[in-house]
Amino acid sequence: MTSTLDGAPPAVQFVDRAQALGAFKVSDATFYWLTRASAMLVLLILGGIIVTLAVGAWPAIQEFGPQFLWTQRWAPQLEPQPILGALGPIYGTLVTSAIAMAIAVPIGLGVAIFLTELCPPSLRQTFGGAIELLAGVPSIIYGMWGFFVLAPFLADTVQPALIRTFEGVPVLGDVFAGPPSYLSLFNASVVLAIMILPFITAISRDVFQTVPPMLKESAYGLGCTTWEVVRNVVIPYTRAGVLGGVMLALGRALGETMAVTFIIGNSFRITGSMFSPGTTISAAIASEFAEAGGVHQSALILLGLLLFFITFIVLACARLMLARLERNAGA
Amino acid sequence: MRSLYMRRRRFDAFVRALCWGAAALGLTALGLILFTLFWNGLAGLTPQVFTQMTPPPGASEGGLLNAIVGSLIMTGLGVALGAPLGMLAGTYLAEYGRFEKLSSVVRFINDILLSAPSIIIGLFVYGAVVVPMGGFSGLAGALALAVLVIPVVVRTTEDMLRLVPNPLREAASALGLPRSLVIRRVAYRAARTGIVTGVLLATARVAGETAPLLFTSLSNQFWNVDLTQSMANLPVTINNFVQSPYEYWRQLAWTGALVITLAVLSLNIIARVLGAERTGK
Repeated sequence: MTSTLDGAPPAVQFVDRAQALGAFKVSDATFYWLTRASAMLVLLILGGIIVTLAVGAWPAIQEFGPQFLWTQRWAPQLEPQPILGALGPIYGTLVTSAIAMAIAVPIGLGVAIFLTELCPPSLRQTFGGAIELLAGVPSIIYGMWGFFVLAPFLADTVQPALIRTFEGVPVLGDVFAGPPSYLSLFNASVVLAIMILPFITAISRDVFQTVPPMLKESAYGLGCTTWEVVRNVVIPYTRAGVLGGVMLALGRALGETMAVTFIIGNSFRITGSMFSPGTTISAAIASEFAEAGGVHQSALILLGLLLFFITFIVLACARLMLARLERNAGA
Repeated sequence: MRSLYMRRRRFDAFVRALCWGAAALGLTALGLILFTLFWNGLAGLTPQVFTQMTPPPGASEGGLLNAIVGSLIMTGLGVALGAPLGMLAGTYLAEYGRFEKLSSVVRFINDILLSAPSIIIGLFVYGAVVVPMGGFSGLAGALALAVLVIPVVVRTTEDMLRLVPNPLREAASALGLPRSLVIRRVAYRAARTGIVTGVLLATARVAGETAPLLFTSLSNQFWNVDLTQSMANLPVTINNFVQSPYEYWRQLAWTGALVITLAVLSLNIIARVLGAERTGK
């Protein structure tokens, strides 16, 4: 069994072997528990986030109760008791994300279809790589660009045009009511849309590439046009994955801070107009947290907890859908 | 028949045009961002950016040295803390507990943490580290970044280890190697490039993160390498300078943004080249 290459006496070697095996056993067990503990750490982080935020938010929960959710007023300096409500930031978060998705999803899917079906094959790698790189650009860059370049452009040209177009139209007239503004929900939504665009494109491109070429070729062989192939083969095959990717992007838009903080105006009042300043949960936290104290700070942490729950649900749905796609691809 | 065919052709041409339009629009917008960034950033890219401290309000001289060094320290420390933990956790998911119920829970939670809003991580570290320590500190900033690094590395490590063919492990086990050595000597080596790629990607991701640093490390105007004190860093400095009325501060913000973007992009490119080499083999 044991080789005695070095010619050492068997008895001595037997002891060495036992020792060596013992050492192996210890290091083996240590390594196992080390990896297991690290895996538990992931759960611990989630638990830590929830507990820490809940503890931090407790004073605000006690102070305002469920009313916090539908109070619009945000008056941290009010004497003797500040009145704080989450309605403004929640409204802003949902509205900016919805507009951003409405702009970015069709364009992102269009670009992804372009990249997988229409683009000359020699350019696919280059464009695809460029889009993936852009998805990695830090969000503060988008925020800066929005603040210095996009906001003036939107306020001077796009907003007046929209206001003129929809003037007098019953509902839309109020939604696109003036005056144009550098700091507005609309501007923030456009920046968000541009920020999540490469993200949506990159994911949908990956998902579209999972379609077996044979399926597409059969459809082309039957005489389908490109659009018919996309509509009847690519999209049905990848529906779950595309939805998952869109939800991931939504999760990103909901929680994005730096891209919106500069140009949203940090106003807690809800007006019907897209061109008035507003705020989102993350923008409110980013701009007020460092100077806040007492129940004001606690209320901001409670906002953070709300944001965490909203994004948790959205991301959980996204992951479940992507998992379903993986199962399909595996089958 | 002919009219039906024409209608299909026409609709197809219409959709194609829309896709081309979307691609043109999207690429133009993104190209425009990079162009503005380089145009404005290069204008202020002088040696003094890398040799002088951040200027006080209204000054017309100064650089970003303390912010750059602070960012390097915090990013380095964050990755140094987060990457090993993430690698070990990823190892568990891929090697020991691949089919356990527990692993699928960990995997699911990890995927959610992967895309959780980074400002939430900032709030978490504020409550868990800044408050007990009694003040903003570079250490808190590094910990916030580490929490962001972990899920990325867990994910990539697991994926990469799963790509290692099982016969390699079986061969090593058949030679009598204990499980931990099979993993460390065989699986890690086979997956090395992929794991390194993951760590690089994680570094690129946290290097530009602003939100989690806003109220963990804060930022300041001074030279400071003491981890228990508030530490200057590029993203928060940019954040403060953008919203200021001083022309020179705004210029520095653009330059700083260019420096960060170049760093992040080159990390991404290196990671991709490494990844491509791997699949090319």
